[in-house]
Amino acid sequence: MAHTQDEILAGLAELVAEETGIPAGDVQLEKSFTDDLDIDSLSMMTIVVNAQDKFDVEIPDEAVGGLKTVKDAVDYISNAESAKA
Amino acid sequence: MTGSVDRQIAVTGMGATTPLGGDVKTTWEAALAGSSGARALEAAWLERYPTLPVEFACRLAQPVTEKLTLQEIKRLDPSGQYALISAREAWADAGAPEVEPERLAVCMASGIGGLYTTLQAYDTLNEKGARRVLPLTVPMLMPNGPAAAIGLELGARAGVHTPVSACASGAEAIAQGADLIRRGLADVVVAGGTEGCIHPVTIAAFGAMQALSKRNDDITRASRPYDVDRNGFVMGEGSGTVVLESMAHAKARGATIHGILAGVGVTSDGYHISAPEPEGKGAARAIRAALADGDLAPSDVQHLNAHATSTPVGDVAEAKAIRLALGDATDGVAISATKSMTGHLLGAAGALEAIFTLLAVRDGIAPPTTNLDNQDPNITLDVVTREPRKLPSGDRVAVNNAFGFGGHNVALAFRSAS
Repeated sequence: MAHTQDEILAGLAELVAEETGIPAGDVQLEKSFTDDLDIDSLSMMTIVVNAQDKFDVEIPDEAVGGLKTVKDAVDYISNAESAKA
Repeated sequence: MTGSVDRQIAVTGMGATTPLGGDVKTTWEAALAGSSGARALEAAWLERYPTLPVEFACRLAQPVTEKLTLQEIKRLDPSGQYALISAREAWADAGAPEVEPERLAVCMASGIGGLYTTLQAYDTLNEKGARRVLPLTVPMLMPNGPAAAIGLELGARAGVHTPVSACASGAEAIAQGADLIRRGLADVVVAGGTEGCIHPVTIAAFGAMQALSKRNDDITRASRPYDVDRNGFVMGEGSGTVVLESMAHAKARGATIHGILAGVGVTSDGYHISAPEPEGKGAARAIRAALADGDLAPSDVQHLNAHATSTPVGDVAEAKAIRLALGDATDGVAISATKSMTGHLLGAAGALEAIFTLLAVRDGIAPPTTNLDNQDPNITLDVVTREPRKLPSGDRVAVNNAFGFGGHNVALAFRSAS
C-alpha cells in the first residue's frame, strides 16, 4: 500500500537519523542533503539502500544524483510507489 | 640488565574491552579474582545449528551499546567497535597526548577481520539482491577498518597499519609500533589488536580443526591450559590497546609511564600452516630475540604470560620453547595462562595479554591460571594457579608470548618503569 507524503518523510527522517545521528525533526522537506544536513555520498547511498528496503521501491544509481533535497527523495519514493500500484 | 634508554618505549596508556570487563580496571580485577568470561551462545544459533560442536564462548562482558552511539555501531564491524572502545580508553588513559599528527601512528591488528559484515552482506545479497548490499560493506569488512577508524578519530598521519598474523596479530601490532618509534617515524603509536568473530561459521570451522574445547556441560572450566584434561581453546572476543611513546616524548610531557616495552622478538616457524613446531624452536627464538633486543638476560625475567591456549599440542610446544629460551632460569619464572579466564581473543589476544603482562610488572603481581587441577607432566613450568602471586620487588621484567596459525611467533619483553 502506498504511503502518504508525511509517512514517507517520517520514514526517511528515521533512516537519516539512524545513519547520521541528525535528529529526525531536522529532516525537513526543503533541506538539502549535502548543504544543510551535511550528509556525505557514502551515507547518502546507505540511506538510499535502506529506503529501497523500507519502502520496497527501486532507486536506480542514476536517480540518486537528482535527489538534492529531502522533498526530492520523498517525491521520488512517492512516485515510485504510485507507479507500482 | 642495562638497557639503552633510546631504544626503550614508554607505555603510557592502556584500554580494553574483554570477556572479563568493559575496561582495563575491571578486566584486571576479574583476572586477579580468577573469573571466567565463558557464556552460552545465542539460543537462536543453537536452535538453528543443532550440530554445532561447541555451545559457548567468551563473550564481551559489557555490551557495545553502553559505549558507542547507534551511528558508530552501524558504521563499524564488531571488530571495529571493540577497537574503538579500547583505543578511546587507552588514549584517555595516556592523557590524550598532544602530538603532531604527522608524528602519531596507529597499529591495530585483527586476525580475522570483518567477518560479521561479510556474512551479513552475503545474506542480504542472497535474500534481497545486489541493490540491498550496503555501501559501507567494504570499509567495514576490510581488516584495516578498525585501524582506520582510530586513525580518523585521532587524526593520525604518521601511518595507519594492520599487521595480520592470526593469533599473534595483537602482539605483532605492538612490536610494529615499537619499530615505528625506534626508526624515528613516530613519537606516539596507538597499538593493539581486536577481534569480533564469534559466529556459527567460526565455531564450526575451528571445531572442524579439533581446536575447540567441547566441554559444553562445564563451560567456565573448559579453558584449562596445562591441565591434563585440556581439550582445546575457547573462542573469545574483544580488544586491547596500548599507547606507545618514545621515552623522550613521554618524559617531556610528564606522562605517567605504566611500564617499558624493552624488547620485541618476531620469528616464524617455517614448519606447518597450523601446528607449532613441536620443539618450540621458533617460539624460543622469538623470546630470546625479545630479551636480546631489550638487553636483558633470562635471569632477569620474573614472569611470563604464556600464549597457552589450552590445546593439547600447543601448550606443550610452548612449554618447551620457554625452557629452550630461558634455560635454567625457567624455574624462577612465574607463568600465567590467562586464556583460562578470558578465552582466546585470537587477533586481540596478544594485545590483551601484553596489557596483563604490563600490569603484572607495574603492580608486582602475576594473575592466576584457573582450572589447572592436574598439571600435565610434560609441562615443567612453575605455573601460577588458583591465587595471584606476588612478584619480587625492584626492577621487574616479564615476557608476553603470542603465536599464530601460519607459524607466527611474537614475544614482547616489558620492564617496570624506574
